[in-house]
Amino acid sequence: MEDTIAAISTPPGTGGIGIIRISGEDSFRITSKIFRGAVDFDKIKSHTINYGKIIDADKKETVDEVLVSKMKKPASFTREDVVEINCHGGIIILKKILGLIIKEGARIAEPGEFTKRAFLNGRIDLSQAEAVIDLINSKTDVGSKAAIDQLEGKLSKKLKGVREKLIELIAHIEVTVDYPEHDIEEITGNKVYEDLIPIKEMLFDIIIGFDKGRIIREGLNIVIVGRPNVGKSSLLNELTGKSKAIVTDIPGTTRDIIEEYININGIPVKLVDTAGIRDTEDPVEKIGVERAKKAIDGADLIIMMTDAASGINDEDINIFNDVRNKNIIVLINKIDAASSEKIINIENCFKGFNVIKLSLKDGIGIGQIEDEITNLFNIGSVALNDEILVTNVRHKNMIELAHKRIENAMAAYENGMPLDMITIDIKDAAEYLGQITGESVSEDVLHEIFKRFCIGK
Amino acid sequence: MEYEAGYYDVVVVGAGHAGCEAALASARLGCKTAVFAINLDSIANMPCNPSIGGTAKGHLVREIDALGGEMGKNTDKTFIQSKVLNSAKGPAVFSLRAQVDRRRYQIEMKHTLEKQENLDIKQAEIIDILSETDENGSKKISGVKTHTGAIYRCRSIVLTTGTYLKARIVIGDVSYSGGPDGLFPANKLSDSLKELGIELFRFKTGTPARINRRSVDFSKMSEQSGDDRIVPFSFEVEEINIEQVSCWLTHTSEETHKIIKENLHRSPLYSGDIKGVGPRYCPSIEDKVVRFADKESHQVFVEPMGLETQEMYLQGMSSSLPEDVQIKMVKSLPGLENVSIMRSAYAIEYDCINATQLDLTLEFRDINGLYSAGQINGSSGYEEAAAQGLVAGINAALKIKEKESLILDRSEGYIGVLVDDLVTKGTKEPYRMMTSRSEYRLLLRQDNADLRLTPIGYRIGLISEERYKRFEEKRDKIQREIERIEKKVISPTEKVNAFLEKMNSTPIKSGVKLGDLLRRPELNYEALLEIEEREELSFPIKEQVEISIKYDGYIKRQLMQVEQFKRLEKRKLDKEINYLGIDGLRIEARQKLNQIKPDSIGQASRITGVSPADISVLLIYLEQLKRDKRIKDKDE
Repeated sequence: MEDTIAAISTPPGTGGIGIIRISGEDSFRITSKIFRGAVDFDKIKSHTINYGKIIDADKKETVDEVLVSKMKKPASFTREDVVEINCHGGIIILKKILGLIIKEGARIAEPGEFTKRAFLNGRIDLSQAEAVIDLINSKTDVGSKAAIDQLEGKLSKKLKGVREKLIELIAHIEVTVDYPEHDIEEITGNKVYEDLIPIKEMLFDIIIGFDKGRIIREGLNIVIVGRPNVGKSSLLNELTGKSKAIVTDIPGTTRDIIEEYININGIPVKLVDTAGIRDTEDPVEKIGVERAKKAIDGADLIIMMTDAASGINDEDINIFNDVRNKNIIVLINKIDAASSEKIINIENCFKGFNVIKLSLKDGIGIGQIEDEITNLFNIGSVALNDEILVTNVRHKNMIELAHKRIENAMAAYENGMPLDMITIDIKDAAEYLGQITGESVSEDVLHEIFKRFCIGK
Repeated sequence: MEYEAGYYDVVVVGAGHAGCEAALASARLGCKTAVFAINLDSIANMPCNPSIGGTAKGHLVREIDALGGEMGKNTDKTFIQSKVLNSAKGPAVFSLRAQVDRRRYQIEMKHTLEKQENLDIKQAEIIDILSETDENGSKKISGVKTHTGAIYRCRSIVLTTGTYLKARIVIGDVSYSGGPDGLFPANKLSDSLKELGIELFRFKTGTPARINRRSVDFSKMSEQSGDDRIVPFSFEVEEINIEQVSCWLTHTSEETHKIIKENLHRSPLYSGDIKGVGPRYCPSIEDKVVRFADKESHQVFVEPMGLETQEMYLQGMSSSLPEDVQIKMVKSLPGLENVSIMRSAYAIEYDCINATQLDLTLEFRDINGLYSAGQINGSSGYEEAAAQGLVAGINAALKIKEKESLILDRSEGYIGVLVDDLVTKGTKEPYRMMTSRSEYRLLLRQDNADLRLTPIGYRIGLISEERYKRFEEKRDKIQREIERIEKKVISPTEKVNAFLEKMNSTPIKSGVKLGDLLRRPELNYEALLEIEEREELSFPIKEQVEISIKYDGYIKRQLMQVEQFKRLEKRKLDKEINYLGIDGLRIEARQKLNQIKPDSIGQASRITGVSPADISVLLIYLEQLKRDKRIKDKDE
């Protein structure tokens, strides 16, 4: 029997609806736990579409209104029991529902795994085998890159901290168990229990962090655009607090893309400062302009800067036309150097858009930008790269499982279980964390034992 | 002068702990077998500590016994002190350990070999492995040659050379060619192995000094006596009552550490004279003093070597320092001020093989009929050696009898973990068994080794009908008693609640299953006798029943994990697959897979350098093959 897998199966960035697919022995049981419709899920006929709600039983709240279709094996894509949930929401809602499914016992699908199952269960033609292999390999590269990217950040630091503590604890237990009669300080159940308390708290902290969306390293991809010398580099410097972009009064000084990772109210943001987009003959600058256009295509949010002092010209209008269909905020900079009439005129050019008045020189409006970004993120109107979000759900799930195991271990101690039983849960917890970091528990434990304890004949 | 000396089905090279098990298993399975040793007085010698068992090692001995091996029985006949370690830490890690009379152990084992039908014991050094290459270019074993020129033709060989291959002894600045315990090394066989294309490593291990009991002042040491209740190693032995002998505990002093530090420059480990890789878990005393500089003292156990000798073993003092330093060092221990050293501590370097060249049957993948077991495979310890010897001997015999080979997986026993680790991952240092190496520790207990493995031993043919019948009776009794306890309802009588209160357990208001009461941590099976009547059962049965019920939640969880694990183990991989030609695999994975030629998808997934994505690709590839074949079959 194969385990049950789930994944968001709509491509990233498609608005409107999203689809989550579940496949495997348990998919009907899992869905029946989270779905409330006019007809009980168990009684729904195969290959019909049914309206209902997805419920978070713990929080007693409705997550989304959905359409659910049930496909009994073998007449399904994977030839297993399959459920598809069509939801309204953007990525945030999808992520929430996926989280509920995982909680009920499914596991996040590996890249290409639905197709793999379809093939292994004889659903897909032999000629497609190579395509399946390609899919597995290509997706894995992207997926693991996202995971690595993510692990370089805060999550990784915290996670490493907890994992180290766990490995230390396991090593101490194992050395106690495998090397009795050695003059090492034998660990007691009570000491294990005490050591588990901070570990449990740290894991809980990380889980809370996930809920706030704080840990997604890539975060929002924000691109600053505007004609030369409107203050883009100054804004970047202001937001990052560093002087990385070269700031001068000569137009076109920023010849390449400058990227900064910053944290706005706890939301990680990748900020991209572009070269001013303008027609230019300078070949070096031309490259910069090309890159800027690419960055715009991949942005979650565009910050367009204008200059109140010099007003709006054709170049501004051209840039605006390039980005107006995106999620944008318009900044009117240098309001300290312009009359209020001039400022109102500019505001009128951008009616219906999100406009913030700014003076970098006097420090006016920065807070408002930050609030605006936070806002966009929280209401979920900005979509994030789904690959990262999926990894994100997987990570959170692993950490929750680890947390649960630690609780089990503590309960086992309270119930008078001996050390070897308590250890089972502690090891499981370490295994779950190891699945995020890709490290092997047993080898790390052995290493730790030999490093810390003096044992031998 | 060479001469033809005869034919054997199986030849075992070396009669240490691996060799003895291999030879006995092969002969008992009906193969005409010969075992060779450089010196027949060294059969089943213990050149290091005079004890058998301990954590995980004790588990191995119980498993050897459950399969029909000899080590447990031989220990039961010759031990002088018995102990269950970890008795407070839970049933998964209870471990049996016995101090053994080293000489009697040897004599007893030699005698067992001598009495064994189908088995010849011969004193000779094997210097050459003879082989043939067939028309397909694959190698096949054909015989062995001794140093005196005798050629024995055979179909299979089990190499159990221990630490003898090109062995070199190092004592400080003195080093010489020599085997363990003053025996001769085997200097020629390594070259023969290399010619066969076998990759060799160089490992190192060591042993402490032996001292004369007469020169020890025990009043300065603390006594370590055995357990009151002796648990035999063998499942066939019900009870043993002997007078036990004590060990003694002393410790290194500030003076010891000073002597060591002042003479470190004379240690071959630090001067670089020893190049072999030594085990991390078995450091020399100088290693401990250097690496754990803040530790003021290390404990040293003084263990008797036997009843008819004054020699004692200094556990904890393994060293390769020069003899004069050793004398000073040992004399600095409380109680050893006037010690008389009988044998010096030494380090020994030896050739071993890269075990990833072996199959899970312990046969060389590319040399038909050649098996290897024990320290030559990179392991350390008598028990690890014996376990491998048993597996190799069984498989050599099963192959000759054209029967299915024996492969224990990681969920069936520590033996399975041991072989899988060695063969799949290889080892960079002498490999010691530890309970933490097992994923399913709670299932692989020493108390249930017979339940796990005796049916397998019976199927192979190493367990007699009579023993198997007794085993089945025991198994049925356990089953019946578990069922009885799970079904029986205890009523909330005054007597019951008085008992519960006495045991600090919550009184019951309505009828409760006896099993649920047993699951309460404060209650145990023995105590429950007060509130229920039952038939008298033997200790092993009671132990089994109690553990099965008390920990059934955990046991069920591990059983579920085993089920997952087995799914991948069952997907077998053909040895003929050319992994280099599978395009979707990463290059590293192709090479590793082609080198190891795993038995199953499960084993493939444990190879270092094979990723989950590679496993997916492999699954697709297998399905592709299967469908290709189906199409071809249809066409024909």
